Amino acid sequence: MPNDSKTFRIVGQNKEKVDARGILRGKPVYTEDFYPRDALIVKVVHSPYAHALITRIDKSAALDIPGVVEILTYEDVPRIPYTRAGQGYPEPSPYDTVLLDHKMRFVGDTAALVIAENERAARMGVKALKIDYEVLEPVLDFEKSMSPSAPIIHDQKDSKGIYEPSRNIASHYETTIGDVEGLLARSPVQIEATYYYPKSQQVALENHCTYAYLDPQERLTLVSSTQVPFHGRRILSKILQTPPGKIRVIKPRIGSGFGSKQGLFTEGYAALACLKTGKPVCLSFNREETFTCTYTRHDMRVTVRLGAELDGRLNVIDMYSLSNTGAYGDHALTVAMGCGSKTLPLYNKVKAVRFVTDIVYTNLPNAGAYRGYGAPQGLLALDGALDELAARLNRDPLEIKAINSIREGETSPIFQIMGEGREGVPQIAASCKLGECIEIGKVAFDWAKKRKNAGWDRRTVDTVRGVGCALAMQGSGIAKVDMASATLKMNDDGTFNLLVGATDLGTGSDTILSQIAAEALGIPVENIIVYSSDTDMTPFDVGAYASSTTYVSGNAVLDAANKVKASIRRAAAALFEIDEELVEVTDGCVKNLQNGKTLTFAELCTLCFYGANQHQICETGSYVGDESPIPFMATFIEVEIDLKTGKITPIETLSVVDCGTALNPALAEGQVKGATLQALGTALFEELKFSETGKPINASLFRYKILDRSSFGKVTALLAESYEPTGPFGAKSVSEIGINTPTVALLNAVYHATGIRFHRLPLAPQTVFNALKGKA
Amino acid sequence: MEIRVNVNGVEKRWNVEPSELLVDVLRDNGYKSVKKGCGSADCGTCTVLVDGRAVLSCSVFAASVSGKTIETLEGLGTDQQLHPIQQAFLDAAAFQCGFCAPGLIMATKELLEKEPALTEDQIRHELSGNLCRCSGYENQVKAISGLMDKKREGA
Repeated sequence: MPNDSKTFRIVGQNKEKVDARGILRGKPVYTEDFYPRDALIVKVVHSPYAHALITRIDKSAALDIPGVVEILTYEDVPRIPYTRAGQGYPEPSPYDTVLLDHKMRFVGDTAALVIAENERAARMGVKALKIDYEVLEPVLDFEKSMSPSAPIIHDQKDSKGIYEPSRNIASHYETTIGDVEGLLARSPVQIEATYYYPKSQQVALENHCTYAYLDPQERLTLVSSTQVPFHGRRILSKILQTPPGKIRVIKPRIGSGFGSKQGLFTEGYAALACLKTGKPVCLSFNREETFTCTYTRHDMRVTVRLGAELDGRLNVIDMYSLSNTGAYGDHALTVAMGCGSKTLPLYNKVKAVRFVTDIVYTNLPNAGAYRGYGAPQGLLALDGALDELAARLNRDPLEIKAINSIREGETSPIFQIMGEGREGVPQIAASCKLGECIEIGKVAFDWAKKRKNAGWDRRTVDTVRGVGCALAMQGSGIAKVDMASATLKMNDDGTFNLLVGATDLGTGSDTILSQIAAEALGIPVENIIVYSSDTDMTPFDVGAYASSTTYVSGNAVLDAANKVKASIRRAAAALFEIDEELVEVTDGCVKNLQNGKTLTFAELCTLCFYGANQHQICETGSYVGDESPIPFMATFIEVEIDLKTGKITPIETLSVVDCGTALNPALAEGQVKGATLQALGTALFEELKFSETGKPINASLFRYKILDRSSFGKVTALLAESYEPTGPFGAKSVSEIGINTPTVALLNAVYHATGIRFHRLPLAPQTVFNALKGKA
Repeated sequence: MEIRVNVNGVEKRWNVEPSELLVDVLRDNGYKSVKKGCGSADCGTCTVLVDGRAVLSCSVFAASVSGKTIETLEGLGTDQQLHPIQQAFLDAAAFQCGFCAPGLIMATKELLEKEPALTEDQIRHELSGNLCRCSGYENQVKAISGLMDKKREGA
């Protein structure tokens, strides 16, 4: 089978993105480009208070405005608790949300929906709607959420799955392997460090948007910028009390997501408005709404305790994370578990390990999925603590991290114990080139030389430079949970329709899935016509998250391709009237090995349509991972710090990644580079900020800055040679891992340059300047 | 009020409200390449050319461009023959989600005409207003630099 061969013709090539030409020509491809002209406009009326109860609603003035069609509040919908998190069923997130509620839990929470004939009327309706609130005391500091005196955010009786509502704890998890306290006490070197990861945001350039209409058969159809069309259909079915078969969700091109679209925001409101009015509706969030009313990163306080020998070998790791899920518990447990499960196995040589997490509510915008999914937060503390260990022992931190880290053929008990909100599965790192990543990076970055260059005298210099490193891992889908499927349908010109539930959100998954199909069938990639993410037309897929598409959806495509190849062989054998073993399927042809006669795929399919043995050659493949193969990465960074201002400038960031076979190296490198920039932004300045009453104060791209193209130095992504035996043509994931390391590597580099170890991101110039002043 | 504009070489007469923004009027009239990423002149996705100059159409009243020439991405290249900027970005695998592409391509067109001899650092600086969250920027900058090299060689 093609899976055994490591020489490829289409896989491993930088094939053009299948959607690139349309995008470059400016064709309408995104959700908003297709809004029906006659669609009603839906606008959300947001709570001005962080914590409040709606006591009275007066719709009359708003309904009097010409063009306002309908106003919907909690009084107009049944109370059905659910989670907006687009996860497999049953979701590990608490059912703590209802579509429209009378209790407001953050500034921006949904108080009502205004539906109007045009934008202007909708805006006026929002202004005219009279809502009285009883204002409650908010909880804005997540370190105080569990305090007995803190107001209770989720005091409703109908929620399900909240760990301890009376203490504002959404979820809790703990696991211990071995004698943690005993080993800590007996270790000659002990480190304890607490780090804070900020509430940053995904900032997909396309805001959240959906339009909905009833098709001629009165079926609800949604076109939406979503990462989870199938989960979306399931969740909508529940909250709208409509069977899934009466709902269709279509995903066009997406203007990226990074996790922010792994939840239902505009979808539920648009669907409700469409059903209530019977008319097409559209709902677009503006940038401020995307900042405050979708997902953010879970900000966390993570404490790591290490016990080690004098030679730097780790005995024990103890990690505690306090996570802020904001107003609702979307992805609360799973992200916090990722904090441990996606970092601790990296350092698998320990004799004992403990991981405990509390995920608490606050009256702040909802945290949720964001690229990395807990790993960046966990790694900030774990890698930071290892860097502190190296400093204590006066050793090269790269060496300390290298000697303790996992290698090919090894395992970690964490794999089995910690999964996605439940038990995991045992697995061995069958492909692990972490050692190679370290060595390649060390040389390419010139680590040893750059490390030596540190040391400075503030009287003689204005700027100093330092270097830092970090190692990372991730997964490839959620083992035994994530399922993907793909259908290949043969056409009479030898092309194939590839129908996949997989959700390309800009990553290029449509392209690499086409490459997999083309490689397996031995035909040019141009002969694959890919169509993805339409719940009516494509088979099921969990969607684009957990770094699953390349591995899980890719294996589903490979399965479909192998099945369709078998069908082709069968059809040819019937036509040739020979045994199947005497048919060779190769290079888009079938060959009769008895007499050398060949038919092209086009000729074969034409015969199947119109000649003898008439039937459609079409097969569906599915895949669930028995394990979640781990990509690995080593990152090296050099920064320059202006001693007069405290400004940090990244000079060079170099990452070496083991993602198995890079199915499309240009796209794989792009994933790493893009993720690197998001992480550097978080390290340097990205953080959502709030007033004393919980009002967002930087929810715009003017105040919340992301890195522009002028200010991050050189970024390099190298790919280590690797082959994952269970992956499609040897591939593992690459979409998330790149965001895990640069934050902590930068923090380590600042320590190397200045001798000051920061424990809180972002490292704004003022923070650095003040610390430098304190040191002087 | 009525405005007269030339969009991608075609004369248009549009009735607009005085308060309407150029981005909305263009999108309402079918120029869907013009994107709205922030609505506050901070992301660059709505960049179009007005009389050859790159303009953020989310911060310009449609009424103010009456009598002017507007270029949007719809006017560049054909399905058979991409414009050289489009081809360069395609060859460089410069985009992932592509939402920023229309704005960046239009800003690049202006830059190539205005200042075709810039270093990579200068290109980064000049186009810093066109944000991209996916790509890491590098392939885009290299593509633009390559276009400038070609233009100089041709000149």
